Amino acid sequence: MDPLAQTGPTLTSIFEHTNSPPVHEPLNETHLPRIVPVGDMAILIELGETIDPRINAAVIALDRRIRAMAIEGVVDLVPTYRSLLVHYDPDRIDGHALLARLSKLRIDFEEPPTEGRLWTVPVAYGGEFGMDLEAVARRHGISPEEVIRLHTGPTYRVYMVGFVPGFTYLGGLDPRLHTPRLEEPRPRTPAGSVSIGGIQTGIASVEIPSGWHLLGRTPVRTFDPERTPPLLLEPGDRVRFVPIDPARFVELDRRAAMHDPLIAPEQG
Amino acid sequence: MSETAPALIVERCGVLTTIQDGGRYGYQRFGVTPAGPMDPWAFRLANRMLIQNDDEAGLEVGPGSLVLRVEAERVRIALAGAERPVAVDGRAVPWWSVLNAGGGQRIELGPAARGVWSYLAVAGGLAVRPVMGSRATHTLTRLGGLEGRPLRQGDRLPLADSAIAPDAPDFALVEPPVEPQGPIRILLGPQEAWFTETGVAALLGTPWRVSSRSDRMGYRLEGPPIEHARSPNIVSDGIVTGAIQVPGSGQPIVLMADRQSTGGYPKIGTVISADIGRLAQTPAGGIVRFRAVSFEEALRARAERRSAIEKARASLAPLPRGGRTDPTFLLSVNLVSGVTAGEP
Repeated sequence: MDPLAQTGPTLTSIFEHTNSPPVHEPLNETHLPRIVPVGDMAILIELGETIDPRINAAVIALDRRIRAMAIEGVVDLVPTYRSLLVHYDPDRIDGHALLARLSKLRIDFEEPPTEGRLWTVPVAYGGEFGMDLEAVARRHGISPEEVIRLHTGPTYRVYMVGFVPGFTYLGGLDPRLHTPRLEEPRPRTPAGSVSIGGIQTGIASVEIPSGWHLLGRTPVRTFDPERTPPLLLEPGDRVRFVPIDPARFVELDRRAAMHDPLIAPEQG
Repeated sequence: MSETAPALIVERCGVLTTIQDGGRYGYQRFGVTPAGPMDPWAFRLANRMLIQNDDEAGLEVGPGSLVLRVEAERVRIALAGAERPVAVDGRAVPWWSVLNAGGGQRIELGPAARGVWSYLAVAGGLAVRPVMGSRATHTLTRLGGLEGRPLRQGDRLPLADSAIAPDAPDFALVEPPVEPQGPIRILLGPQEAWFTETGVAALLGTPWRVSSRSDRMGYRLEGPPIEHARSPNIVSDGIVTGAIQVPGSGQPIVLMADRQSTGGYPKIGTVISADIGRLAQTPAGGIVRFRAVSFEEALRARAERRSAIEKARASLAPLPRGGRTDPTFLLSVNLVSGVTAGEP
């Protein structure tokens, strides 16, 4: 059976039109999904324009399918909330051939999300670890303990990793914790910060400027170039948070400094 | 590492000289930037002049001068990219050349008269430790190269054991690569529909000045604001080198080698790979224009660029041993360049 023969719409391809001069035509959601060359070293498969778990699940499914094809000359696959960027080395694969091959892929928005690997991430909440915990609790009229309970409740899905190496964007935040970003982003927030912004939560790998609310910190380094593997969480994986106390944080942090990943995934 | 291990010692350098190789690929899905050379064509040519892998680690020399002392019996280097005056122990030698130096000799590169980025490839490569499979420096995340930072005075650049060169003559390109002329070629999209027709026309119809606030991450362009048809923000999307993103200000930024892996501004077009080096070599204050081409044309342009680089490499011809550079000599060896192809 052809693994690519899925149900669902085919990609709107410019493949048939590549001999014509570029045209400027208006785009709206009905043109999606579409597949287009982005310069001559990448091909974009765009499934939507919004943050939508259904679209992201289709992106992740597509990412896995293309990875399984192990196409010689494809050097990077970058899944985001709503699109997949396929970087290729034009000296190793013909751009036309790749575009033709990827154009045959079918997208299924009804497909249930693939059960990605499951990571359990320890977090020290509040106090010096999460300076915004109390403020977030006050804002929503609940106790800090309730914020922690709501934040450790769901199993999140990694929508995207980006902005800096290892910054992990997670979908599935409890609506009772949806919180607009700070008006003025802080110029520096600590590495390992676990924070919430809008409808998302995330794990920071390195010190970054951020307008998200800091609930806690994990001793886990989602990015450590001196470790094998250097990066842990990837798009499509699932994440659960468990609270730890400050003493445990200090102990784990010491181990992480020696390049211990601290956590291992359960296969989905 | 032993102090007597073969190395190049940095005696003087500008602020933006880094170790680069072909780039750190395979980790963009984790937010890791590939980095790599700003002018991939000149970088490739430098390695090819030494008949070695296109991706071998060498130096990208930024604005300013560079003085290296060779602490090795003998090393072979190749010079390509933005042309600079160059001397070995005070003796002027031609740019676009393959040179031997050793025994404490000094290699001096002056500031570029034209262009921005020059490449100094080393036979056998530079033996800094690879990080995540690459020696490319990404200063923003402090990865690769020498401690993830630009070079500075006093740095030791370790040479690979294979760097000790056999006794071979110096060579020079008789025909340096011919750059494509005319506007920088782009493919429109992927978000050209986020701009008005007037916006697209502004991009293609006006000259753009390269801002002094440009760096390895991006070249900012100054000109009439490009009009958005929709919001200047999109839900984050993957980014390629050469992407022309337009934030709310309407002033485009062409994303270069040190760009992030994803971004949230709409991208009106993408500079094609054949022309990215040419854009990179445009200094601050320089003027560029853009022309939209089809995917077919982009592929053809890359093939042409590739053969131009190979043609230049094939024109390598020996320089007279110990002699001064003589332009008439260089002209004369043009006649025999085919014979020496592949021989250095």
